[in-house]
Amino acid sequence: MDIPELLQPFALASQTRFGELTVEVAPRNLVEACRVLKHDLGFERVSTITAVDRFPSSPRFEVVYHLHSVRNRQRIRIKTRVNEDAELDSVTGVWRGANWYEREVFDLFGVRFANHPDLRRIMMPDDWSGHPLRKDYPVEGYK
Amino acid sequence: MSSQDTLTLPGGPDAATAGRRTMTLNMGPQHPSTHGVLRLVLELDGERVLSAKPDIGYLHTGIEKEFEAKTYQQGVTLTDRIDYLANLSNNLCYALAVEKLLGIEVPPKAVYTRVMLTELTRISSHLVWLGTHAIDLGAMSVFLYCFREREELLRIYEMFSGQRMMTSYFRIGGLALDHPRGWRRRVAKLLDELPGKIDEYEDLLTNNRIWKIRTQGIGILPVEDMLDLGITGPMLRAAGVDYDIRKAEPYSGYDLFDFRVPTRTENDVYARYQVRIEEMRESVKIARQALEGMPDGPFTADAPKVVLPEREKMKTQMEALIYHFKIVTEGFRVPEGEVYQAIESPRGELGYYLVSDGTAKPYRVHVRGPSFGNLQALPSMIQGGLVSDVIACLGSMDFVLGDTDR
Repeated sequence: MDIPELLQPFALASQTRFGELTVEVAPRNLVEACRVLKHDLGFERVSTITAVDRFPSSPRFEVVYHLHSVRNRQRIRIKTRVNEDAELDSVTGVWRGANWYEREVFDLFGVRFANHPDLRRIMMPDDWSGHPLRKDYPVEGYK
Repeated sequence: MSSQDTLTLPGGPDAATAGRRTMTLNMGPQHPSTHGVLRLVLELDGERVLSAKPDIGYLHTGIEKEFEAKTYQQGVTLTDRIDYLANLSNNLCYALAVEKLLGIEVPPKAVYTRVMLTELTRISSHLVWLGTHAIDLGAMSVFLYCFREREELLRIYEMFSGQRMMTSYFRIGGLALDHPRGWRRRVAKLLDELPGKIDEYEDLLTNNRIWKIRTQGIGILPVEDMLDLGITGPMLRAAGVDYDIRKAEPYSGYDLFDFRVPTRTENDVYARYQVRIEEMRESVKIARQALEGMPDGPFTADAPKVVLPEREKMKTQMEALIYHFKIVTEGFRVPEGEVYQAIESPRGELGYYLVSDGTAKPYRVHVRGPSFGNLQALPSMIQGGLVSDVIACLGSMDFVLGDTDR
């Protein structure tokens, strides 16, 4: 699958491997790109949102959006890179289903989302400190 | 409670101006109909649900973190524990994802065995769903019928893998073990019996008036909302969307099999019941095709750096011994890259997003559990309905909390 023309202006980089298209966009263009993807390119659902911690490189986190078009039988992966102190715009305004996925990324990685309706921890207890899926968080041990 | 006036009214200003009191009800985390530990905070006006907030995370076990500390092959054992009612679907999805990164193909015998057992898993998962869903709605006996057949299915898994539930039977590069003795007769007998057994469940429910009243016209959610909120699987198909990953993006040789994707348009709890019943019948057909067409040959791929060598070779060939030592002590290295593999699990889209940095342990494994996406739509589905319908809606979603919380 080639990169769609409408997405060209947002793309910083793109590659296709194993038949999967990955497009990287800048954090400030994310919501705009997602609107185009949903309304013009038919990606009506977000399959999953997650992050990868690239500690110690900077920007530290890759936030990864897997989008899916049931109608066109297409999948696409959108990536954006942010640092710990940055806030990323939430895409809950585009797909309501992004809500819990962004909460999960916030909970387990500590990436904060701006304009999210309900940004609370989802897996860990509310009074938990730390973000377990970060690479500098130990796999085992006692508090 | 001495005075009514001093009580703060839950439910906010709307409830106060309407002059009515609403009640906040904690359903769960130990409510039997939540099938695990899910807490639902319901805001009620009498019997009517004003809003609902699911609270998950009680079963969070940090499996995604644990993946990063295990070698790829060890990771298979974690996948069983994510969705414990569809363990083989999870084994399959993970194995396919790693095999895609490694670029290895498994032999036909492994492909057919995988399809056969995954379809049996779909049946056993749907049986647990049907039994518990019926119990929730007051039909006790269905549960006993369903678990009768599920028991035989678990025995078949045990026969193949040595384990009833935590099978870990599909390994990266093929299967863990060769077929056990006598499997063909055992599976064939079950497949012969199953259509009649499914008729039995239908006799109990399909035309049952109470069942129909409790399920018809309940839990309707527009298709656009379903897609927007992340619902997949049988629920989407009961809303008329003809989407099944086995057909749309065939994996593990599903394009070699002849089957139908059942759909309904009523979009209620009853339609979801009908879709799942039909799916069980289709799964029987697929499993039978796999059984009858089962090829001979090796059950693991020809990939000496990934798959453990045969015992005999290990004792006679130097290379085999070296590979064995390397695989056991440090695991195998997976080339750098990332992959997203989606399969149709009994509950919907199950996906594994795998990132490799070229070492013997995954850099990141993310599991897109179907239950997580489905459960997110629950508030929209039950809003405005009755408390008793909440139970019906919960049942029709068929979520597993292990899959939701991981």
